[in-house]
Amino acid sequence: MAKLPQDYDSVMARKNEVMNKALSIDYSVFESGGMAFDYERMMRETGYSLEEMQEIQYSVGVGNTPIIELRNLTALARACAPEGKGARIFIKDEACNPSGSFKARRAANAVYHAKRLGYKGVIAATSGNYGAAVASQAAIAGLECIIVQECYDSKGVGQPEIVEKARKCEALGAEVVQLTVGPELFYKFILLLEETGYFNASLYTPFGIAGVETLGYEVSMQFREKYGKDPDVIVCTNAGGGNLTGTARGLQKAGAATQVVGASIDLTGLHMASDDAFNKKSCTTGHTGFGVPYAVDPDHSDVPRSAARPLRYMDRYVTITQGELFYITECLATLEGLEKGPAGNTSLTAAFALAQELDQDQMIVVQETEYTGAGKHLQPQLSFARQNGIDVRFGDPAEEVPGKSVIIPSHPSLIKAKDMDLDRQKRSLIRGNLRKYGTELSEADYEYLCEETKKDMEWVKATVEELKAAL
Amino acid sequence: MAKKGDWVRIHKIILKPEERTGKLPEDTQAVPLEMWTKGYLLADAEIGDEVEIESVNGRHETGTLIELEPYYTHDYGVCVPELLAIDKQVREILFGGDK
Repeated sequence: MAKLPQDYDSVMARKNEVMNKALSIDYSVFESGGMAFDYERMMRETGYSLEEMQEIQYSVGVGNTPIIELRNLTALARACAPEGKGARIFIKDEACNPSGSFKARRAANAVYHAKRLGYKGVIAATSGNYGAAVASQAAIAGLECIIVQECYDSKGVGQPEIVEKARKCEALGAEVVQLTVGPELFYKFILLLEETGYFNASLYTPFGIAGVETLGYEVSMQFREKYGKDPDVIVCTNAGGGNLTGTARGLQKAGAATQVVGASIDLTGLHMASDDAFNKKSCTTGHTGFGVPYAVDPDHSDVPRSAARPLRYMDRYVTITQGELFYITECLATLEGLEKGPAGNTSLTAAFALAQELDQDQMIVVQETEYTGAGKHLQPQLSFARQNGIDVRFGDPAEEVPGKSVIIPSHPSLIKAKDMDLDRQKRSLIRGNLRKYGTELSEADYEYLCEETKKDMEWVKATVEELKAAL
Repeated sequence: MAKKGDWVRIHKIILKPEERTGKLPEDTQAVPLEMWTKGYLLADAEIGDEVEIESVNGRHETGTLIELEPYYTHDYGVCVPELLAIDKQVREILFGGDK
């Protein structure tokens, strides 16, 4: 067969065809032809039932991670809180999964599915813990594995956290392809899919997201067994949206009415595709640079319809700063004897602040931890920030400017969870849909927007009218 | 001198600045998209030569030979005194009164 053209435009023009082969999901059957698509049908028909997922995950040592009560951190929150406030803080120790994070749940299902369909290998485009998770599961399944990472700036300087993830992927037998900054990572990704015929172990497939449902379900079951009730609040670090979506769906399947809070590190002002800004971040995931765009436009991921749709499930969305994150990560080590990777503690940092709004008999649970190691640790991240001219100092974290400073709170009482305007994000989601699909909406489209935004029809109709006038 | 069969690292320009997508910030648009990967060298070569390698999955890639038997050097960074100060502060808040 003649070699197909390799230039950017030609490769991107073949994207859909390559993706269909690499996923074996016909997304068109869930489409209405317009704005709306049948999300629940997609999850039902292409995903796995909760029982099947548990069976798959338990067979490869994934899941059933412990929940630990953080008594000292709770005491510290109470020392900062108004009288009588300060909920009990718990953490689900997902770092106990084979690859060291909750991502093993997503990977277990994706790799199981790839093997069942007869693919000889899997590819994932990720600079995060998901790479190690896919590599780990592929190793167990005996499948070949390629991880494509955005890792270096144009001076060849690697982000320490991402370099560590490359090491781990290689240690688990994967081939790692590392790139400089830019969305054309997707171009190389498509070329690799085309060349190898491997399965696209995307983070955003129905089975990947359904893989996290077991986490939410487990939280509910563990709390009911030990404390006789569900936690009052669960905090999920939000980047691509899958963690929150899967967890919330799992809680729903358990019948839990727990409030679902998303948390991201505030990196406002840093452009995610900027070569210069790349190494000025001290956290490479769990931040608003992924969290916000993926929430308001889930379908700009590497699959036609993303299964990660966090605005359907989020009751509240808060941000914390890098300095606050490092403070709490250090507290987790020095007060609780738990040394964990910093990015995964985004939700813990938010929980520390949110606990102070709740009564002492209430329970707030952080649903993940991640492994730590060289590079993927607060000390190398802070050293790296200083090397890159970032002003690292004690002070009021409210004054932190992403890319310029990392302000470590001079006292734990300065740690705050800042609320994001969820309605604004929901309006943004609707605006995006109106731009993409036009302003003539069917009744099904209106209902779809209600589901997408977790809002009632009255709000959606009023918002659509308001946005139409401005378009 | 690297021998055929040696484990090496290569570097390659994937897209020159003018071949990149137009939707980029200026600083990124001005530089090429670069790639690094590792594999077994398919023929004897010197550092800086254009070579072909076979990855752990048996896939072939070409690029400039930059490292023989590459290894990781990332570490735990240098001393960050602020971390010691956090330890002291929170232990004082929680346990200071009992001493």
